[in-house]
Amino acid sequence: MAAKSYPYIPNSVAEVQEEMLRFIGVGSIEDLIADIPEEVRMKEPMELPEPFEDEAGIYRHVSGIMNKNSTAEELRCFLGAGCYNRYVPAVVDEVINRSEFLTAYAGEPYEDHGRFHALFEYQSMMAELLDFDVCNVPNYDGSQACGTALRMATRITKRKEVLIPRNLNPDVLKVVETYLQPDVKITYVNYNDKTGRICLDSLKACLTDKAAAVLVMNPNFFGIIEDKAQEIADMAHKAGALMVAYVEPSTLGVLTPPSRYGADIACGDIQPLGIHMNYGGGVAGFVATSEKPEIIEEYPSRLFGIAPTSEGEWGFGDVLWERTSFANRDSAKEFVGTHSALWGIAAGVYLASMGPQGMKELGEAILQRQVCLKKVLSKIKGVKLDRFSGTSFEEIVVDFSGTGKTVKEINEKLLEKGILGGFDLGKCFPGLEGCSLLCVTEQTTAEDIKAIADALSEIIG
Amino acid sequence: MNGLTRMKKFHQARWNEPIIYELSEPGQRGVLVPGPCCECASKEEILGTLPEHMVRKDLANLPEIAQLQLVRHYNHLSQENLGVDGNIDIGQGTCTMKYSPKVHERLAGSPKMLHMHPLQPANTAQGVLEIMYKTGELFKAISGLDVFSVQPGGGSHGVLALASVVRAYWRDKGEEEKRDEIITTLFSHPADAAVPIVKGYKVTIIQPDSEGYPDIEAFKAALSDRTAAIFFTNPEDTGIFNVRIKEFTKLAHEKGVLCCYDQANANGLLGITRTAEADFDMSFFNLHKTFSAPHGCGGPATGMVAARKELRPYMPVPLVEYCPEKGYYLDFDLPKSCGKIKSFWGVIPVVLKAYSWIMTLGADGLREVSRVAILNNNYCMKKILAIKGASMSFPNHPSRIEQVRYSWEKLKKDTGFGTADVQRCIADFGTHYWSSHEPFVIPEPFTIEPSESYSKKDIDDYCAVLEEISRMCYEEPEAVEHAPSNSTVHHIDHDYFDDPAKYSITWRSYNRKYKGYFEPK
Amino acid sequence: MKIGFLINPVAGMGGKVALKGTDGEDILRRAIELGAVPAANSRAEIALALFREAASYHYFYAPAGEMGGKLLSENGLKPEIVFDPAEKTTADDTKRAVSLMLEAGVEAIVFAGGDGTARDVCSVAGEKIPVIGIPAGVKIHSAVYAKRPKDAGMLVKNLLQGKVKRYVLAEVMDLDEDAFRNNAVRAELYGYMKVPDDREFMQDRKSGSSGSDTNETLDIAAFTVNGMIEDEIYLIGSGSTTNAIFQTLGKEGTLLGVDAVVNRELAGKDLMESEIKKLLLDHPKEKRHLVITVIGGQGHIFGRGNQQLSPDVIRMIPRENILIIANSSKMSALFGKTLIADTGDPELDEELKGYFPVITGFGKKIMAKVG
Repeated sequence: MAAKSYPYIPNSVAEVQEEMLRFIGVGSIEDLIADIPEEVRMKEPMELPEPFEDEAGIYRHVSGIMNKNSTAEELRCFLGAGCYNRYVPAVVDEVINRSEFLTAYAGEPYEDHGRFHALFEYQSMMAELLDFDVCNVPNYDGSQACGTALRMATRITKRKEVLIPRNLNPDVLKVVETYLQPDVKITYVNYNDKTGRICLDSLKACLTDKAAAVLVMNPNFFGIIEDKAQEIADMAHKAGALMVAYVEPSTLGVLTPPSRYGADIACGDIQPLGIHMNYGGGVAGFVATSEKPEIIEEYPSRLFGIAPTSEGEWGFGDVLWERTSFANRDSAKEFVGTHSALWGIAAGVYLASMGPQGMKELGEAILQRQVCLKKVLSKIKGVKLDRFSGTSFEEIVVDFSGTGKTVKEINEKLLEKGILGGFDLGKCFPGLEGCSLLCVTEQTTAEDIKAIADALSEIIG
Repeated sequence: MNGLTRMKKFHQARWNEPIIYELSEPGQRGVLVPGPCCECASKEEILGTLPEHMVRKDLANLPEIAQLQLVRHYNHLSQENLGVDGNIDIGQGTCTMKYSPKVHERLAGSPKMLHMHPLQPANTAQGVLEIMYKTGELFKAISGLDVFSVQPGGGSHGVLALASVVRAYWRDKGEEEKRDEIITTLFSHPADAAVPIVKGYKVTIIQPDSEGYPDIEAFKAALSDRTAAIFFTNPEDTGIFNVRIKEFTKLAHEKGVLCCYDQANANGLLGITRTAEADFDMSFFNLHKTFSAPHGCGGPATGMVAARKELRPYMPVPLVEYCPEKGYYLDFDLPKSCGKIKSFWGVIPVVLKAYSWIMTLGADGLREVSRVAILNNNYCMKKILAIKGASMSFPNHPSRIEQVRYSWEKLKKDTGFGTADVQRCIADFGTHYWSSHEPFVIPEPFTIEPSESYSKKDIDDYCAVLEEISRMCYEEPEAVEHAPSNSTVHHIDHDYFDDPAKYSITWRSYNRKYKGYFEPK
Repeated sequence: MKIGFLINPVAGMGGKVALKGTDGEDILRRAIELGAVPAANSRAEIALALFREAASYHYFYAPAGEMGGKLLSENGLKPEIVFDPAEKTTADDTKRAVSLMLEAGVEAIVFAGGDGTARDVCSVAGEKIPVIGIPAGVKIHSAVYAKRPKDAGMLVKNLLQGKVKRYVLAEVMDLDEDAFRNNAVRAELYGYMKVPDDREFMQDRKSGSSGSDTNETLDIAAFTVNGMIEDEIYLIGSGSTTNAIFQTLGKEGTLLGVDAVVNRELAGKDLMESEIKKLLLDHPKEKRHLVITVIGGQGHIFGRGNQQLSPDVIRMIPRENILIIANSSKMSALFGKTLIADTGDPELDEELKGYFPVITGFGKKIMAKVG
């Protein structure tokens, strides 16, 4: 019998429990589970720490731990590499913290109509951004979206091999490699060491009629724009393969969407569309395509569609529901579960609040800051900005190899000055030791740029 | 007005809300974006750096809407949902719809969480790493196992993680090709069957015996030296606890088979029985179910994985570790790891909420959660079984843990109305109701799970609603025919979801196919 | 919609006077002597009551009089008469009616009767258009019938209201009525007809769909073919699920006969028992396989399909090489029941008892008990 009352457990009150037990006709709760055998019972209570039962206590405890963090907001953040310090408008937080959106789950399109409506709008806005006709309800993250897109390509073409460039985000690559096991073969395409872009000769050598897809990340992990993407798509199509493009969606206010340079499937992560970074937890993936039936058939995810109601309202529901878990003729389709719906709603709010003009201005703001950063850094002796000749968008490769200091050392010193340095490329890419990937966002200020320049000057000496 | 009368008078918010594009007005802006940070370069110079053919010439066709109109639109949409916060959500059985304490939202909404970049050096992220590590420690106690991972983004993802670990384990033992089968049960979560197939396994499903337990003789017949692992949900979705579970793990271990526990249905077990006591090697928990993180319309979520220390080498990389010299850090040194299943490290805000919940309740509190979940379920069960037309799956097995799968078989026989009709009707009472996972072997099923968040009155009110709907089926069939009438919209025409000529997944697709209101172009 | 409607007036007359069926003039005469009255009509009426309102704007085609025209007219649904049968109706009348209805362009046929009626309808209609069976006969074995007349009525109503989106193939069993009268059930798979899938109104939105039967059948077939070992012989038994194997192979097998496959090529078609034995002897015992499906409402793996799969033949195949394949909907319908092996040899039946995995999807098997 509970000796105390728990705020989250209304029926922990002793009298209520007695009443309920009487109604059921047993003497105690233990009677209800008498058949759970001794051999599987815990002999001791769980060894958990002393709880903080009052709300002030738990608040103090948890925020005390979290206060040990230094955040990208408190520091000057030049880290990107797949997660971006985007400014999240207050309206986005307002909407996704509405308790109905926060606590709804799997109701029908009647009593949970709002979430279908909101996600349909998200799908619609993403489709416009990507210039495709179909976009799915969000995946777990961009990596899973990429894995899904590649598997879709294998099902559509009935081939079992995919071509992946070595300048793909290494974290995405790792997840994709796991996701494609054990049945899909990966062939790696090299990048050109001078330009940083996919090497077309390497692609030509790897591409056979066994390939289901050629993946292009654009801009690639080095922040460089793959300007030969159309050629790559043509080569893929000639071999009977699909071209899958992994893109950063917030660049598409300024950059051409992949559907216009031959991509059959676009995928990526919507984190940069108004989702807080959350230490990597604010991620959600998208897959977008044309409306060709043979392609739509192969989506494993939910797709919400619009339909009329008996009284002329907008109604929603699942399109081609049958398709969600049935197998392809020689391998199983993937699965549907609880993914990242709320982040999809957030991205919808973000895109609506930005509008067409806003997305363009966002891209321009980012690009301007990148150009500015480059200009300022080029003045520092020992810092090289020409490791790759390709054009950058929001991230640049900075070569410190001539300074005699490693990226690790430089980043440690930068941190002492309150600056989060870039991603150490040497960790994942042979031949890029000493190179750092620096990122700017629309939040990067002139002071930030001056600060990092001054700090680097001092560190390099 | 009593509870039932109130609920019968319920009318959901019905805004006839337009599609956001219909609210778009040229020139409106929701938020403004920063301009250039300085004057160091002209706009032409900046755009000139891009290859011409990669520059987008048009503006993306997004809605143009001012901020208030935007907020109002989404508020309307929000009101057209029934979250746990708005209804007696015991009808979504197996989802464990419980209260998500608001203090956790406050904590997860702190800048100390929101603004953390995943690639920050560990010494700037000690707070968040400590939360991840300590949550793992809590789950070691809750499961009785030794290592953990917060990486999977949901329950099915948890199954994927376990299946990946299984594969990596057998690869290391040199038996990857040979061990290509997995055994699960009919009433385990469907993901236990569907997900391993994606990982290249063949799955054998064990049916229940007449008492509702997985048939152990069938299990013995299925078990072979080709079996890689077993995946069992316990209690199963019927609410029946497999009392012979240890016999199953014993038989499996005799053949060297790995035992994976799907603990999606853990709400009735906390402090009573655990993964370790049932002799399982690995398990996962849904932090967005039993452990209180909110469902978010379908994620983000987390399927927390726990495993015996022998399986550590195969866990998804990285693991969160601690040592006095380094503090908390991410350990990537797992050469035999099954790989990586998610971007970055996991859905950390969800982990934070689960941590906070466990640390608020403690061992005694968690035990009380399960005790009350069991009490609520059995109380509710007695009430529902008294309703005309309702019965229980496996009626000879009276004992259930935290949920029950019922059947409206008699109602259907008597009135022609079944579970799908009840589902339509219940929207008029301001609440939800869910039938069952596939396969639909229990006729006209419904699954009710009154977690510990609900009061006695809540349960009384919900059962009164079911009783009322039953009465309507017997006595007012026309009313049932026309339901729902007080929901957000009226009857949706399902013809528009399966035909390529008719379906529209996006607004632009709709506008290409139709003009006005579904007038074909 | 244009709907065909027919009643077999003599169906079900044997039951009440313990004659178990009315195949054949003699038996029918005996039944009438014993005071049997036509039951099919009243069953059809029960069903009609449920769909009468929904039927208003649709067109019905029926034979005159007791074969359906009278009942429809009495209920305000004046039908197009396809022909006028004589007073003593026979199986030929059923077949003729169906033939004429198809000519008239009906989109579905609703019929009331028993196994014999279903077989007669099937012999003409096959899988061409969907059908709905109103059960009126004695203990019915064919799955084309709804459980009760009321259920059939609801299905017709849904059909008329355009609510039916999915169809499944249902078995038509040919029941040996003489044997039945002597308390032996001998039925054989006759064929299939298309019926509305009455499970379609439930959906599990959280975990995805298991898909329609048709797609699942192809998955099962693909998985089975994938597992075929080089140079080993596979006998393929009767049934639509097993027949899908040939669709996957791009070859033509027989729906109701026993065929053989070696190295994905057709090694024998519609084989007799002696031919089967000969083919099997060309391969060592461990390389012989038998692929069968579950037939009939009681879950027969042997006994409702092919006589060619005699006890001798079955003994020539190792038990672990007997591969059972079936749709998950079939297995769900048999939930709680054991499968039946009725080979004709009780000793063999005893040997076959125990557990068999049944393939129900791509990579998916369910353990079933044969008892």
